[in-house]
Amino acid sequence: MADARKVQRPLSPFMIGPYYRPQLTSISSITIRITGIATIGTVFLLVCWLLAAASSAEAFAIMDGLLTSILGDVLLTLATWAIWYHVLGRLRHLVWDMGYLLDIPASETMAKGMFIGATLLTLITVFVV
Amino acid sequence: MVQFTLPKNSKIRVGKTWPRPEGATNVRKFQIYRWNPDDGENPRVDTYFVDMDRCGPMVLDALIKIKNEIDPTLTFRRSCREGICGSCAMNIDGINTLACIYGLDEVKGDVRINPLPHMPVIKDLIPDLTLFYAQHASIMPWLETKTNRPAKEWRQSIEDRKKLDGLYECVMCASCSTACPSYWWNSDRYLGPAALLHAYRWIIDSRDEATGERLDGLEDPFKLYRCHTIMNCAKTCPKGLNPAKAIAEIKKMMVERIV
Repeated sequence: MADARKVQRPLSPFMIGPYYRPQLTSISSITIRITGIATIGTVFLLVCWLLAAASSAEAFAIMDGLLTSILGDVLLTLATWAIWYHVLGRLRHLVWDMGYLLDIPASETMAKGMFIGATLLTLITVFVV
Repeated sequence: MVQFTLPKNSKIRVGKTWPRPEGATNVRKFQIYRWNPDDGENPRVDTYFVDMDRCGPMVLDALIKIKNEIDPTLTFRRSCREGICGSCAMNIDGINTLACIYGLDEVKGDVRINPLPHMPVIKDLIPDLTLFYAQHASIMPWLETKTNRPAKEWRQSIEDRKKLDGLYECVMCASCSTACPSYWWNSDRYLGPAALLHAYRWIIDSRDEATGERLDGLEDPFKLYRCHTIMNCAKTCPKGLNPAKAIAEIKKMMVERIV
């Protein structure tokens, strides 16, 4: 019999994907966190752009050139999606915090709505604005 | 703390492949987590083959068959075999559920069985639930009264009794808490969905007279508020309960008593 005090118990596997099946609810939740962090990066870019504008014409030309290049376009489109998704996610939290739509089917419908809604709103933002 | 990988002593290796049953035509492959505290080795996944023509319909039937006929060292908890004791909770095919009421026909492909996630393992499919039970005890899971004991029983209207539906059915199997990423990463301070569902069950009990104290006890940045409505709890509950909703109701009551 092993001495209970000396046994180093292993931690059972938990990782989402190989060991825990991803759920629409958990994926839509973690995406809120990821888009939130990504948006901090967007704000950083925006600050760089403003700083460049405030320092000199050359600096602004470099920064503006970067942000209006194809890479910049892709980055800003993704950033727009992140912001829209995050906004919709926060709206879902607001609904939940008031005690509504806390069942699984409604939450999953809202999750789908967030992914589709963020994509539609991004397309509108990119092509209209 | 957020964690994405297993510690060194928990990394899982490929284990033994046990012999196929002779003469069987309808064979199914089972991949089961094994860990023996006595051999000092890392956990491993063993492969078993079960003759489905001679096996009951539930995952627990297959586990018992393996233990009886292939490998008597396979260790797991089980008791009632009808979803009321909560003993045989484990991670089956990537979700937490009770082996006794989860049908083998609900699993596509090979049957992968692991212990409840992110728990210390005692042996094979048996997790250490000490902390889980301590958290349940911490929410005072009993009727707390201050007025004098009535001559007969504590009475409750039919409407008030109805408020306990969807809460009292919990069998404390720990499927929900061990499905919750918040609980994985903060189980030392966050109470987890099961304990909080029980907390709510007593908070809204019309006969209970300690609602204030109960809410005071949960007023803490971690105990209650680490719930981010990820909803793995409600999605996985083998009894079809919704801890996420119970937690949201407690959060509402917290706000209501301040405003």
